[in-house]
Amino acid sequence: MPPKKDAETAANRANVSAEELLGHYREMLMIRRFEEKAGQLYGMGLIGGFCHLYIGQEAVVVGLEAAASEGDKRVTSYRDHGHMLACGMDPKGIMAELTGREGGFSKGKGGSMHMFSKEKHFYGGHGIVAAQVPLGAGLAFADKYLGNDRVTFAYFGDGAANQGQVYETYNMAELWDLPVIFVIENNQYAMGTSVKRSTKSPSLWERGVAYGIPGEEVDGMDVLAVKAAGEKAVAHCRAGKGPYILEVKTYRYRGHSMSDPAKYRTREEVQKMRDERDPIEQIRNMLLTGKHATEDDLKAIDRDIKAIVNEAAEFSKESPEPHLDELWTDIYATEVPQEA
Amino acid sequence: MATEILMPALSPTMEEGTLAKWLVKEGDTIASGDILAEIETDKATMEFEAVDEGVIGKLLVAEGTEGVKVNDVIAVLLVDGESMDDAEGAKAKGEVKASAPVAADKAQSSETAPADGMEHPKPAASAKVADTTPDWPEGTQVKSTTVREALRDAMAEEMRRDDHVFLMGEEVGEYQGAYKISQGLLDEFGAKRVVDTPITEHGFAGIAVGAAFGGLRPIVEFMTFNFAMQAMDHLINSAAKTLYMSGGQMGAPMVFRGPNGAAARVGAQHSQDFAAWFMQIPGLKVVMPYSASDAKGLMKSAIRDPNPVVFLENEILYGRTFDVPVMDDFTIPFGKAKIERAGDDVTIVSFGIGMTYALAAAEKLAEDGISAEVINLRTLRPMDTETILASVKKTNRCVTVEEGWPQGSVGGYISGVIMQEAFDHLDAPVLTLTGKDVPMPYAANLEKHALLTVDEVIAAVKKVTYR
Repeated sequence: MPPKKDAETAANRANVSAEELLGHYREMLMIRRFEEKAGQLYGMGLIGGFCHLYIGQEAVVVGLEAAASEGDKRVTSYRDHGHMLACGMDPKGIMAELTGREGGFSKGKGGSMHMFSKEKHFYGGHGIVAAQVPLGAGLAFADKYLGNDRVTFAYFGDGAANQGQVYETYNMAELWDLPVIFVIENNQYAMGTSVKRSTKSPSLWERGVAYGIPGEEVDGMDVLAVKAAGEKAVAHCRAGKGPYILEVKTYRYRGHSMSDPAKYRTREEVQKMRDERDPIEQIRNMLLTGKHATEDDLKAIDRDIKAIVNEAAEFSKESPEPHLDELWTDIYATEVPQEA
Repeated sequence: MATEILMPALSPTMEEGTLAKWLVKEGDTIASGDILAEIETDKATMEFEAVDEGVIGKLLVAEGTEGVKVNDVIAVLLVDGESMDDAEGAKAKGEVKASAPVAADKAQSSETAPADGMEHPKPAASAKVADTTPDWPEGTQVKSTTVREALRDAMAEEMRRDDHVFLMGEEVGEYQGAYKISQGLLDEFGAKRVVDTPITEHGFAGIAVGAAFGGLRPIVEFMTFNFAMQAMDHLINSAAKTLYMSGGQMGAPMVFRGPNGAAARVGAQHSQDFAAWFMQIPGLKVVMPYSASDAKGLMKSAIRDPNPVVFLENEILYGRTFDVPVMDDFTIPFGKAKIERAGDDVTIVSFGIGMTYALAAAEKLAEDGISAEVINLRTLRPMDTETILASVKKTNRCVTVEEGWPQGSVGGYISGVIMQEAFDHLDAPVLTLTGKDVPMPYAANLEKHALLTVDEVIAAVKKVTYR
């Protein structure tokens, strides 16, 4: 994947402040360290079932969250830890949900794939590949119906891009001018099947053209490029022009889930990506070469994040398992949970 | 303090594995993400990556070792200039730690705790004592109304009451409804609230669930429930489960409605009753009205309910006329069956179009001197089992009637409840009448034979009353 450096990205890069760069660095590093810790807790048997890590893809959510405003909504698949951290959900509540404890965002009843936060407008956390795409368009439908100017980010992967409901949704989203940004996180592998082995389409965002939806490809290893593309998409949606598609080219370093031996790609391929394209290293180099920060400044951030992640891990071990009565709660609502 | 590297669990079921190969040696400096070892699980060979950075102090398990337990210390990592003395300490500590994983202990205590499902309240059932109050006060004026008009009136009243309620589906607007249920709604409420969709059930059902998450109260019309099969994932996985998966933070207050069950001469793909399917799902409420007053009162309750409701109508009943009370706001609560006809000799339990067979049979049985009590369930989830049990304890016999298939039927469930809760009151086995266990044929004679008949109900009642 060649680095994409068009004029817009270069312009954005020239104007970016040290404060903003440090913010991106911090948020991406938070996701990476959190995920590494989650992988470790999984290895210790504290996290069960499926656990899909976001390592390598950090620039996607961090860049797009930088383009979002208060009240905007987001919905994604089961690879959701990064999205939750990026939209400001408490790492303690996320980690405790991973360990299936009372202090988790779903009181331990959802797990890695099913977390929600009404407060942060995070609508899950969905385990059925592509189901979140029409759900995201539905959130946008509600906002349009209610007459506000909010935008919904509906994230899905290159694997989900082959599901029929994505195209049913494209058709209605454009027909009804819904304010939804379809974010295709193309990490190049749908579990073990590479994009090349699943489609002959040269690009995934171009499929939207058939429905009249504009879109573009974005370098997903470059957080500034992602943010710039996100701002463009948000402006399009907020202006009432309907949906927009961003195909964000990214890469996951770990397996599909914790139990994936990842034999469908070479170790060299992964290592090359880490060495040459890592989104965190890119920002780190920018900070250091631009003299925006010293090694010591960055070390201080590293320590700070490590402490937050360790605190989350401790909380996730100490929080008790849910009370057995919780088995029988939240099956039916007696009143509608109020919109935040 | 030196960091222990533990044998990782690399799949949901792994308890031990083979340490196939070390890719680092003692004294190597490693960074987070470096591959340390290859580990063979029962399923595959996996690479094991470092989390922390440091220097490998000691490898404690030789490569090729089989049966290494998850959480055993396999290596020691030295950080920030530590020595092997620190490592020895860490190893001893690690072994103690590994033998007492907190989560495993807790999980065991949960399993051994008295968690007998029978002890807990059934979430779907509400009333403990059968509620026999009439649907509307005596002396209320009634108006002759078709089921079709009753459904339309209920939706219109609720749309006037709450502007978050909207209707979406194929041909609901300009066409005025494929079965004319939404007649006049577009004129009154406009295209914003009566939304014509493309033919795309999977997509629009998902959009409607998302809209419900986003604060609206959607009514989704499926032209028939046969087409809801395309959208099944959103009914079950998106609508029914989100409240639970979110720990009560958000759910899908909405109605999925449309005709269900056999119509006439439309063949196997358009003639089937899904009541038993939907009834199985915790998180869904399932309604199947019989009369126009059921349709109106239950539809209004369904639209107001804060949960996803599957509302199963019937094409053949749409044109039937019944009395509907003239009231400002007539609703029927869920979980309240209606005794349509009182009797002493046998209980006939049915719902939806099954009621037409049950009531016709009861009429004929009366001529033979058999007094049948006929219960109209109206909602299948929650199900008013109290009313069924109270009746069976009086009549000591029960026949269930439905158009759906026999295996995993609604009647099968009711029969199980009666057997468990009122076994000593039974004077005969519960008989469960259903449609025949075949796809619906097209030929007129075969179709007639595949469906229930009034004579079959009469024969079953005679069998359980030993006449």
